[in-house]
Amino acid sequence: MTTTTSAPAPAVAPELTGTQRLTFAKAITLGLRRALADDPNVLLMGEDIGKLGGVFRVTDGLQAEFGAKRVVDTPLAESGIVGTAIGLALRGYRSVCEIQFDGFIFPAFDQITTQLAKMHYRSQGRLTLPVVIRVPYGGGIGAIEHHSESPEALFAHTAGLRIVTPSSPAQAYQMIQEAVRSPDPVLFFEPKGRYWEKGDVDLDAPAANGLDRARIVRAGTDVTVVAYGPTVQTALKAADTAAAEGTSIEVVDLRALSPLDTATVAESVRKTGRCIVVHEAPVLYGTGAEVAARVTEECFFHLQAPVLRVGGFHTPYPVAKIEHDYLPSVDRVLDAVDRSLAF
Amino acid sequence: MSSNDTPGPLTTDGLVQLLDHEGRRVPHPRYDALVAHLDAETLRTMYRDMVLVRRFDTEATALQRQGELALYAQALGQEAAQIGSGHALAPQDHVFPSYREHGVAHTRGLDLTDLLRLFRGIDHGGWDPADHGFHLYTLVIGSHTLHATGYAMGVQRDGAVGTGDPTRDTAVVTYFGDGATSQGDVNEALVFAAVNEAPVVFFCQNNQWAISEPTTNQSRVPLADRAPGFGIPSVRVDGNDVLASYAVTQEALQRARSGGGPTFIEAFTYRMGAHTTSDDPSRYRSKEQEEHWRRRDPIDRLRTYLEQLGQLPTSFLDQLDAEADALGEHVRTTVRAMGRPSPASMFEHVYATPHSVVESERTWFEAYESSFLDSTHGEGSHR
Repeated sequence: MTTTTSAPAPAVAPELTGTQRLTFAKAITLGLRRALADDPNVLLMGEDIGKLGGVFRVTDGLQAEFGAKRVVDTPLAESGIVGTAIGLALRGYRSVCEIQFDGFIFPAFDQITTQLAKMHYRSQGRLTLPVVIRVPYGGGIGAIEHHSESPEALFAHTAGLRIVTPSSPAQAYQMIQEAVRSPDPVLFFEPKGRYWEKGDVDLDAPAANGLDRARIVRAGTDVTVVAYGPTVQTALKAADTAAAEGTSIEVVDLRALSPLDTATVAESVRKTGRCIVVHEAPVLYGTGAEVAARVTEECFFHLQAPVLRVGGFHTPYPVAKIEHDYLPSVDRVLDAVDRSLAF
Repeated sequence: MSSNDTPGPLTTDGLVQLLDHEGRRVPHPRYDALVAHLDAETLRTMYRDMVLVRRFDTEATALQRQGELALYAQALGQEAAQIGSGHALAPQDHVFPSYREHGVAHTRGLDLTDLLRLFRGIDHGGWDPADHGFHLYTLVIGSHTLHATGYAMGVQRDGAVGTGDPTRDTAVVTYFGDGATSQGDVNEALVFAAVNEAPVVFFCQNNQWAISEPTTNQSRVPLADRAPGFGIPSVRVDGNDVLASYAVTQEALQRARSGGGPTFIEAFTYRMGAHTTSDDPSRYRSKEQEEHWRRRDPIDRLRTYLEQLGQLPTSFLDQLDAEADALGEHVRTTVRAMGRPSPASMFEHVYATPHSVVESERTWFEAYESSFLDSTHGEGSHR
């Protein structure tokens, strides 16, 4: 073991303000930083989030600024992290738990689904559990097993949880602050394949867009492509290509999987008559199936073609060398667009 | 040392005892001081509490047999462990129970009929944990030990330990059984409590049975022996001895409140009844074993001790009989009067803030219900 010396971190980092070009990861960092600064009861908990700053450096610098009692390096036990966060919430604290990778959330599945999701209901509203669980999810980063999964539908199936996922740095900055303020438990799925992509973030904008509404990220007239998290960028690229070929695609970013903003999706599909849902998670029993069912119920006489799904296959997440054949690509989205138009 | 030399989890070696099986006070160099202040009146209160909780058990079991409760889990045989430990708690302390801690609930001042709303199937927890520092029952085995530990970590952050102010310093106690010690969550709770030196007491009632499985299916060693491996001091106590249960809990609570960290208590007792009203112990344990432990009834032990002291006057016993009868009547009439929740109430409190899916499903459901000619939800509505 070596001893190193380094300059002490400043007690308070300089205030960041204005519109800045930030990576997706940095936008979350600054959203968390603002949440910590705004409310002394906010805590961050997780494995390696302190000195290391998290394996993706999303909590970089926050322990130095807010101290080890508020940015807590926990034992290596996911159920323990979520379970103690529940107890802390019962005492008035608001914990933001980091699950290191999607595939490691399952030891906490019981605490999340039988305890976190149900305590408000079980107590007839007497207890609230404002706990946020941050989950880096999705593939495309060339990782080994259990590091590239998309388990969001497993949680969206459980009443009592809010499931949200940002698709851009600006969205991430705002949504993480809203998640921390929510009195309900929130699973915050972060598209880790997008962590290094940059975007403009207005650091002064109030975080008040709500965690329950989809948004139209690109207007179009021929086909509605519904995406969320990592696939929003994929859908936008597909829309660019389609536009060059004369097809106008409207892209809907769901933002939330629970609640599902059916109204925004349905309004779009009534206009276009065609709908394609894109996600990295397997299509079988997935979010796409839910969207397809609801669109069919609400837009039956407007549909020109069946709702199509583009997503993962009914296989375990494959090895990294072939993961791009598994993930929904621009080409696969365009293939679905062609099939929809040809119907 | 061969493994055969290791004492198993059912050994009675090393149990702290202040009253022996015959109800005789036996001295203990460490724990005598912790019970020295308990006068005869306090001991009679403990006796009264044990008798009342047993009466509650009897009434609730009968109500289940009459179809008034869906299920019931008796505390029968564990009254000393629960009443003794419960009496050691301070008002600001917080309890995280499993689902059999009716005796602890009684010491915290809950109306015991509130516990029965869960077993009747009209709510999942009919009391406010803030009112008595008594959290809701948890049915997933061991999950709540993590909640207790997290709560204790919050107590620490609030600076409510080690101040020396007896009305401020706060401890957390979590109750669980021998079976729960096999759960990952309990082991994770011990890890988190240890490394954080959290003010939490792990009170394990080893009643020797996890439904049909004996403690020997959970462990090769006494359960208390595991705790030091986590860095947590532990003690084994005769859980049928109310005085000893009080003493070891008092010591552990004082350690927690003063900032000394967690303690693991194993209260060695016996589940004299079935796991629940759905269980049939005759399929897996002997009459002889049940008879052996019936002779070690914790209520009889305290009664004998008080009689030997000449501190159990007939007037007290007569009054207690009347009080138990009144409790029985209260339990019967209260449970039978508990109404059925409205069907649409299932949509309430799913979220603390509006959720469009829940709202739309509720709207649909109410329209569906009101589409029938007889759309009342009162008695007789059983679609």
